[in-house]
Amino acid sequence: MGEFMKNDQLILGIETSCDETAVAIIKNGREITANVVASQIESHKRFGGVVPEIASRHHVEQITIVIEEALKQANLTFTEIDAVAVTEGPGLVGALLIGVNAAKALAFAHNKPLVPVHHIAGHIYANRLVTELKFPLLALVVSGGHTELVYMKEHGHFEVIGETRDDAAGEAYDKVARTLNLPYPGGPHIDRLAHEGRPTIDLPRAWLEEGSYDFSFSGLKSAVINTVHNAEQRGETIAPENLAASFQESVIDVLVTKTVRAVAEYGVNQILLAGGVAANKGLRAALEKAFLDKADVELVIPPLSLCTDNAAMIAAAGSVMFEKGIRADLSLNAIPGLDIETYNT
Amino acid sequence: MNQFEWKTANAEETGHFAARLAELLQPGDVIALEGDLGAGKTTFTQGLAKGLDIKKTVNSPTFTIIKEYKGKLPLYHMDVYRVADSMEDLGFDEYFEGDGVSVVEWAHLIEDQLPGELLTIYLYREREDHRRLVLVPKGERYEQLCKEILA
Repeated sequence: MGEFMKNDQLILGIETSCDETAVAIIKNGREITANVVASQIESHKRFGGVVPEIASRHHVEQITIVIEEALKQANLTFTEIDAVAVTEGPGLVGALLIGVNAAKALAFAHNKPLVPVHHIAGHIYANRLVTELKFPLLALVVSGGHTELVYMKEHGHFEVIGETRDDAAGEAYDKVARTLNLPYPGGPHIDRLAHEGRPTIDLPRAWLEEGSYDFSFSGLKSAVINTVHNAEQRGETIAPENLAASFQESVIDVLVTKTVRAVAEYGVNQILLAGGVAANKGLRAALEKAFLDKADVELVIPPLSLCTDNAAMIAAAGSVMFEKGIRADLSLNAIPGLDIETYNT
Repeated sequence: MNQFEWKTANAEETGHFAARLAELLQPGDVIALEGDLGAGKTTFTQGLAKGLDIKKTVNSPTFTIIKEYKGKLPLYHMDVYRVADSMEDLGFDEYFEGDGVSVVEWAHLIEDQLPGELLTIYLYREREDHRRLVLVPKGERYEQLCKEILA
């Protein structure tokens, strides 16, 4: 794993906000030294979604193993770590608490600073593991629980210029998948089906008021359900691949169009993709196409492994927060509804 | 058991009905919402939030299970779909007995943990955006509430 200079900054990050138990070590904010993720997706499959109690129990079982594995991968001991960064929220309270308490115990035992990190800030900072951030920038955050356009004028500054008014994009994927009887998690299955079908069904796109950067996917979800119901009543069958393609086209059309408009209005240097839905091939391709002829804006799309929940992104964000002097004491608690605009102010 | 019906022709009317209900609510009231995907549970809650003067965007709590909002009364918006069959104590009691109004989507999935008295609202999709709302009160307080809103 190479040599570490004495003045290298080493941050250990912990992430347990949902169904992944993850620990990573990042050098100087940008270099992955260790990145360990224990996924629980298999255990949640038969329930059609994350079950909070099961998630918490898995985190308890995995956390110490994952921490040890990360230190082993990096060939480091705790003495060399500069700070412990941990996801404070948002997420499932029982799941978050495992990570927060592990981080507190480590910080206390090894006398290291404790740095609280917002989960979505982490997703955005996953991009810094790919390339240096160039401000001002805009991040399109799309995941199971979030759909947001976040403007950043500098490190640690987050302004939400648009957010979902009902379902998150990833949630709409999961709910449509449930309607089509596809296994959990639904997103990848719809993405795959969409590539086999054609967008033959006319589904709505919620643009909302003129100039709004907010999103709404609830009407689209209802339209898909209505389409399926109406077909059933008429005794017809709808090709699921065509429905998936039509649904995906509607989601991507709105996401990409609003992003392109926001990029122009805010005059940013970079557009970052963040969150689990960033793994969606259709979305990646549509963004790449939309920004192909815009040489003055750099589109950054992290590799799949950094888009889904991981701790490298938490350590990457933690590195910047650490430099900015953000610290938590041992009274740090999990905040399920943590607000990104105010959390570090 | 008494039950009351109300019909709406679109999402706006459903929201408006919920906003009127909100004006009659008191701290500690619990509303259970039942209905299929797309029946309008979140739309209903958004209307209710408007009636409570909540300014923040009220979006789906599916991911985090509980979301809290500040308004005339605090609103605790829960989606317990993913809590189903779990024996975990997520501290629902504290919300139900708290200073705010609790709205619980898919409430029947945590039947054992629900308070003895509450108002259940079933949302049925009729055609397109038309909805039939069936209100089933449990307890004197909620019987009264139903009579007031339908008066």
